[in-house]
Amino acid sequence: METKVAAEKRQGMSTKKQLKQSVRDHISGYLYISPYFILYGIFGLFPIVYTAFISFYKWDILGTKEFIGFQNYQSLFTDPTFWQALGNTFSIWVISTIPQLFLALILAFILNQAFIKGREFFRLAVFLPNITSLVAVSIIFGAIFGEQYGILNYFLSFFGIEPINWKASYLGTHFAISSMVMWRWTGYNAVIYLAALQSIPKDLYEAAKIDGANKIQQFFMITIPMIRPMIIFTVILSTIGGMQIFTEPLMFSGAGGGASKQGLTLTLYLYEEAFVRNSFGYASAIAWVLFVIIVLFSVINLFITRRIQSA
Amino acid sequence: MKEVGVKWYSPGRIIVYAVLLMMTILSIFPFYWMLVIGSHDTSAVNKFPPAMLPGTKFMENVNKVFSNIDFFAAIGNSVIASTCITLSVLFFCSIAGFAFAKLQFKGRNVLFIFILATMMVPSQLGLIPSYMIISKLGWINSLNAVIVPGLVNAFGVFWMRQYISATIPNELMDAGRIDGCSNFRLYWNITIPSIRPALATLGLITFMNVWNDFLWPLVVLKDRSVQTIQIALRTLNGAYYKDFSMILNGTFLATLPLLIVFLLFSKHFIAGLTEGSVK
Repeated sequence: METKVAAEKRQGMSTKKQLKQSVRDHISGYLYISPYFILYGIFGLFPIVYTAFISFYKWDILGTKEFIGFQNYQSLFTDPTFWQALGNTFSIWVISTIPQLFLALILAFILNQAFIKGREFFRLAVFLPNITSLVAVSIIFGAIFGEQYGILNYFLSFFGIEPINWKASYLGTHFAISSMVMWRWTGYNAVIYLAALQSIPKDLYEAAKIDGANKIQQFFMITIPMIRPMIIFTVILSTIGGMQIFTEPLMFSGAGGGASKQGLTLTLYLYEEAFVRNSFGYASAIAWVLFVIIVLFSVINLFITRRIQSA
Repeated sequence: MKEVGVKWYSPGRIIVYAVLLMMTILSIFPFYWMLVIGSHDTSAVNKFPPAMLPGTKFMENVNKVFSNIDFFAAIGNSVIASTCITLSVLFFCSIAGFAFAKLQFKGRNVLFIFILATMMVPSQLGLIPSYMIISKLGWINSLNAVIVPGLVNAFGVFWMRQYISATIPNELMDAGRIDGCSNFRLYWNITIPSIRPALATLGLITFMNVWNDFLWPLVVLKDRSVQTIQIALRTLNGAYYKDFSMILNGTFLATLPLLIVFLLFSKHFIAGLTEGSVK
């Protein structure tokens, strides 16, 4: 979008001046971006590579190390605790993400209706949970899901349901943790979807109406395809977040994920191995497996989200 | 899309408003409940039916919180860490974003894609070596351990680059150059004043993220005197005898500062957030 004047001015610059400008751009360019690369080199890239290195050793906190090749990985795949942590992580992720994104989409669709009054207020209200810290959310929900005096059991008692010991059971724990995730993120995703909905040009709907498409057809043929990039974005983001879930299970189930490890997730297991049992080598192997799972899973999700679209 | 002839009280609309109201109540209730429990004594909490209105013991619980954890020291640590990181992120990310958006240098695109890729890598992957580096530097139990690794981040660079490319016209840069501006002056005197909204949003996001961060401070800040408020809250929650009134009172106090900041800037914040994500 260059104006004619600017373009002429540009041509007016002598070649020598342009060359000098290019040198200056190179120097300042590299200088300005260097803080990120230096810091990332030290606290990002190096640790990642070093994690791989450590994972081939039997390594404890005193730094005594012994090269054992792939043994950490081999033990990991035959470690029932690892599989349990993996299962818990997936279970919590599925229970929290799928209803959450679905709900967020509906909420955004409702908020986007032309007749809604007080849209700003509702948007603010549903976004509010997102600013609460994970620790605070976990404490509040821990109290809500309490067995004896939790307010949820109180409400359930109206329906004749006996007090449920949420913390003791697998499903109860997963449900409680998932509800924390849902509470914190549904509004956020709805706000993102709403913004995407609002950016869809109105004349697309007008044209569809003229062609005789009803509201439901409009939703599936225009709305969903138009906000697909945002859906992919949120799916990937919640996959990455869900696979790394840590604070909620630690706070809700306590150290080790509870008596029968019902709240033990992969990151919690990593943390316990590294900073409670000090087996850095084994924990590093967990870290790499976790990373591979996240990458695989993001790719699978990307693929599925795209397929749903083209179908 | 105004539809003629549909009355405001049509059944469809009532259902829609009911759903919205329900979601609003679900979103706000936990905040309210925190205040209700935090203002009763524990014996009142343990009765059926539970209290639904705030009680009179708020200050008593506040005092209990203060005697259990060093609340103001923890808040102070959180404020220091969040403020330092926010200021530093705003400067380093905006200047890097400026370079990626407006300066021509070799490898610009490749380096930018590299930054995008690093956003996909979870921080846990490097957790153990990062801990080793910090302990080699002697920063365990020092706020440096939290502040220094956070001084500049990939998301901020990405965010700033997108915003600057979209809002600052190249002609403005050319005009500045013809007037003899150095690259730093193009950044400081021309770019910065025009990207204030993006700076405000990034600042808020950063501040909240640091304020709410948990895993990394938990690993590197073990001593009570340097703990951030999130770690202090965990200490409060981890006591053998669970005094829920006190715990929720403390949680309420710890959430309040962020809540106020958010409500003050909310309009700006949500607008900026959605603008950036749609671009």
